[in-house]
Amino acid sequence: MYSYMGMGMGSDPMERLVKLASESAVVIFSVSSCCMCHAVKRLFCGMGVNPAVYELDQDPRGKELERALMRLLGNSQAVPVVFIGGKLIGSMDRVMASHINGTLVPLLKEAGALWL
Amino acid sequence: MQSFKAAAPHTTPDMFCHSSFFLRGDDDFNPANAFHHDDSVDLSSSSIFSLKSSNVDVVGNSLHYDAFNTGIRAAEIVSSGTGCLDTGQFMYQKGTTLGNGHIENWGDSGLADNSQQTDSSTDVDTDDKNQLQHGAIITVDQSKLKTGDQKTLRRLAQNREAARKSRLRKKAYVQQLESSRLRLTQLEQELQKARQQGIFIASGLSGGHGLSVSGNGEEVFDTVLGVCSWCLTSFFFFRSFLYKLSQMISSHGLMVILPAALAFDMDYAHWLNEHQRLINDLRSGLNSHLGDGELRILVESVMAHYDEVFKLKNIGVKADAFHMLSGMWKTPAERCFMWLGGFRSSELLKILGNHLEPLTDQQLMGICNLQQSSQQAEDALSQGMEALQQALVYTLSSACLGPTASGNVADYMSQMAIAMSKLATLENFLHQADLLRHQTLQQMHRILTTRQAARALLVFSDYNSRLRALSSLWLARPRH
Repeated sequence: MYSYMGMGMGSDPMERLVKLASESAVVIFSVSSCCMCHAVKRLFCGMGVNPAVYELDQDPRGKELERALMRLLGNSQAVPVVFIGGKLIGSMDRVMASHINGTLVPLLKEAGALWL
Repeated sequence: MQSFKAAAPHTTPDMFCHSSFFLRGDDDFNPANAFHHDDSVDLSSSSIFSLKSSNVDVVGNSLHYDAFNTGIRAAEIVSSGTGCLDTGQFMYQKGTTLGNGHIENWGDSGLADNSQQTDSSTDVDTDDKNQLQHGAIITVDQSKLKTGDQKTLRRLAQNREAARKSRLRKKAYVQQLESSRLRLTQLEQELQKARQQGIFIASGLSGGHGLSVSGNGEEVFDTVLGVCSWCLTSFFFFRSFLYKLSQMISSHGLMVILPAALAFDMDYAHWLNEHQRLINDLRSGLNSHLGDGELRILVESVMAHYDEVFKLKNIGVKADAFHMLSGMWKTPAERCFMWLGGFRSSELLKILGNHLEPLTDQQLMGICNLQQSSQQAEDALSQGMEALQQALVYTLSSACLGPTASGNVADYMSQMAIAMSKLATLENFLHQADLLRHQTLQQMHRILTTRQAARALLVFSDYNSRLRALSSLWLARPRH
């Protein structure tokens, strides 16, 4: 279920993020000790989705990616961050909001993460 | 003496007495009150704002909050029960002492008598400036004077003296005024800092423009202080009573300072009253077969009112997450079925059940999807919370903290730091749970027609009030 990150050759962290985000239908950037990240993972697994999870604390250049994510989101919490079909969805609150208002499932289907 | 008494209408020298002086012009300048003011300012320096405290924050005025950051020493701002009471006593005591002091001062200087006797001291003042030097003696051919003239001269001299002293006192008073204004700005800044750091402030002022005290402040504050001290020490909080009190105080432009948990409880109780009123309006509207337009307005007002409670909870979570989690602000039965600080989002639709029918196919699908997504989100958050608890258990039961450990302080501190950061995520979970509840309500509102939404809101509200009634019945049940 959890993929390992490819070793980028000195690439800009933002570029790496985008590259990683587009490699799978659903990408979650996480930290292994973060409980909210655990909740996000459980949410997708509960829907029958198989996300690609990158644990930033297990990556040697994870700190850079964390900082890049913080800049991207504009808040102090770097993780969890979810990309679907290469597009940024956001943190837990955005994911939940889009699930409740019914826009998450169509996005997942469009990205090929869900089949019904 | 008498004029002095008359000038200060309240027998207790109140710290906010000085407020009325801000409004007075020079014409009304009364030296008697000036001295009174001096001591009032001293009182305020040892007032509510500079008490020792434990964890006390300031009360919330519903829906006028700013956002908060964390971490001030609330210790310096406000005091809890006993501290407040002490201060109350202290102030009253100090007041009386000073009151006596006043009178003594007056007696010593003997100026009061002079002021009373001379009606036109100010007139003499002007004359004085124009014609005579300060303290000059008029040389007059005394043989030509009658006794009456001499008396008059003496009286004039006394008047000049009084006027001079009056000017000096006025200068002193103005200086005092300036320094107390500086203090006021300092206090405002402190309060601003406190506000940012998780402390509630009830005030009738919007936008935090600082303290401006109205003329009636003194009486109100006196009563409030007495009442608050009594309330806090008797450990018996009349929530709605205190809320009304804080509203009254706010309307006078004063501030009430209370613990964040109590502040939320009070605001929530007020919110609930308002909610009941809106629901009753909605019920009568539905029963009287109002048109869709008018019904929509009623429904919108209930929904908007729900927005308010989520704002309150947001602030409450940031100020005291454990209080929100404890649900002590709910009745026992409600508390029993609570989930992460509120109702279960998946339960909302279960409660509505068949009341929404008839539904169109599209609506039915929407409702089913909402049921499923709210359940999934709820499960995800629950599992996250479980993971948090597991992590906490693991951290706190870590081997290095065991009795066999050599008391490695660094390890202990680092484990505690980890535990602290885990606890910090608790706030985030509560926040997400509230968001989930709010969004579920809003989505339900979107799917339904006006009439269906009205019915749904009534059913949900009735369920909750029945739960509350159940709590009351349970608490009042006869025990053998």
